Amino acid sequence: MNERAAISQPAYRGRTASGGFALGPFVRIDAAPNGVRVTGSCADEALALRAALAMTGQQLELLARAVGGEGAQILEFQTVLLEDDDFLDPVFAMIGEGCSADAAWASALDAQIADYNSTPDEYLRARSSDLADLRDRVLRVLSGDRDNDTEMPEGAIVCADDLPPSRFLEIDWSKGGGVALLRGSPTSHVAMLARARGVPMVVQLGSIAEGAQLAILDGEGAMLHLDPTSEQIVLFEDRRATYRRERAVARAALRGPAASWDGEEIRLLINIQRVEDLEHADAQYADGIGLMRTEFLLGEQAGLPDEETQYLAYDRVLRWAGARPVTIRTFDAGGDKPVPGFTEDGEANPFLGVRGLRLCLKRPDVFAVQLRALARAAVRGNLKIMFPMVTAPEELEAGRRLFVDVVGRLEAEGIAAALPELGIMVEVPAAALTIEQFRASFFSIGSNDLAQYVTACDRSNGSLARLIDPLNPAVLQLIGRVAEYGRRAGISVSLCGEMAADPRCIAALLACGLRELSVNPSSLAEVKQTILGLNGDNRD
Amino acid sequence: MLETRKTNGEIVTGSVKLVHAAGMHARPAVKLTKLAKRFKAQISIRASDAAEWINAKSVAKVMALRASRDSIIEIKASGEDAKAAVAALVDLVATDFPDTGP
Repeated sequence: MNERAAISQPAYRGRTASGGFALGPFVRIDAAPNGVRVTGSCADEALALRAALAMTGQQLELLARAVGGEGAQILEFQTVLLEDDDFLDPVFAMIGEGCSADAAWASALDAQIADYNSTPDEYLRARSSDLADLRDRVLRVLSGDRDNDTEMPEGAIVCADDLPPSRFLEIDWSKGGGVALLRGSPTSHVAMLARARGVPMVVQLGSIAEGAQLAILDGEGAMLHLDPTSEQIVLFEDRRATYRRERAVARAALRGPAASWDGEEIRLLINIQRVEDLEHADAQYADGIGLMRTEFLLGEQAGLPDEETQYLAYDRVLRWAGARPVTIRTFDAGGDKPVPGFTEDGEANPFLGVRGLRLCLKRPDVFAVQLRALARAAVRGNLKIMFPMVTAPEELEAGRRLFVDVVGRLEAEGIAAALPELGIMVEVPAAALTIEQFRASFFSIGSNDLAQYVTACDRSNGSLARLIDPLNPAVLQLIGRVAEYGRRAGISVSLCGEMAADPRCIAALLACGLRELSVNPSSLAEVKQTILGLNGDNRD
Repeated sequence: MLETRKTNGEIVTGSVKLVHAAGMHARPAVKLTKLAKRFKAQISIRASDAAEWINAKSVAKVMALRASRDSIIEIKASGEDAKAAVAALVDLVATDFPDTGP
């Protein structure tokens, strides 16, 4: 579709962090403020900083109230730091010694940031971006640059090197607009917020030309067009209108009868990252939950979560699902998902390291708590459990033994519990190649990792994007192998990777023999629509 | 700091194991300092084996503890509500920093 546009103006390809389209004024924002302020006396400087801290505190509070939830929690650390006298006293001492307010503030924060960055703790290093955000926010207020936000034109394509969550949250996105980042990552906090708000975002654009006035952001094609020609704008508007129409039609199709292909019903399930994902308007149309990730429980929110916290989360999901099946995946930490205090530090190759079920078997203290909560939840609904990152049948059996043991102990304690159906994620090529040897009740193909391991391409390395194509015949061959074995042995096989939601891949997956796909709630409509469309082609 | 301050009561102490997976990170630290600030007492904490006591009301200091999972957090307080303060903080850490409803 991209080829239709004769591109005469600069166009840049990045990675999609959030889909959708935007056309609007192009606004470059820089992390560092560039206002110039005149330094006053020591007393003036101290007053200026006090005022700036108070003003920043108010801004943060208003912002936190406006965004609520997760966004507000990200901001709370900054708010509390602004009221921390132990932290502020040295800053005011520096001002007392003749330092300007901005220099004193910046140096105190820079020292703190350097300190955070110097730790081996990944989590603390991540917090340093919150500190940088706070530093720049106060500096902006100090330099009198506080109209910065209100000057943002409606529907702007905001371009930055990277964008801190608070800066994203204070922009009014209700009139449209989008985000174009030169660096950034699809898995960052701000990318999550953009997806939640439906703001298109393209990241990793590299370096781009200066001075553009207008831009087209194509979150579907991961493109940024600067100063588009009128022809390009017409084409863009067509494309956006088509996209919107398709979305509307697809959403209508969700309410229709189940999709089928080749005379067989295709079950469409959803992947959820956390319980709140069930609030998506389209979630209700799913045939069940194909993948509930549980790593959110390991986040800092709840720490290594206790049994009750976990049970309540699982129970909520089961109650939501009613009679529909819910497949919960046990902790899949490690790889690109480090969890302080749980995952192993200092692995040279974390993707090939102690992750997924390997880690859980190594940490039965943590694993047993999760299995207990799951065994208790199993009596509450149609629960299935799957283990991630399984390589050999004995790993599944070791997990099963632990699970059986946990159920036995619960029963001995007089607590209602059951052993749910046990399945595995198929994401290690060795498992796909020896699939007949696993005594699993079901298989779920994790195509993201499978493609990564089959093609020997790091998923997070953007420069390998072309090679890690999930339509690589080697990947499809393994998927077909698992699907075919499942069919023969009467074991259900689903696929829960990103390719299940990729319209380019769906026909190939169905042709491989898959009849169950699990996708994010926001992709459900498009996937169903795509399958209905394939049927149309069949009949012609 | 506490020892030199003149108060009408003795120093109350307590200790509790940090069970939080990520250790004393941003959210736990924010909760701990916010709770500490509700009390008038002077409150200090330290993580297992550290020599230095730090102000429990300073989020920067609490973060700088770098207390990891399973470390023992010692708490001491002096002042009129010292006892209640130590009890509340021990409870907060022991219950793994629960989210308090609005």
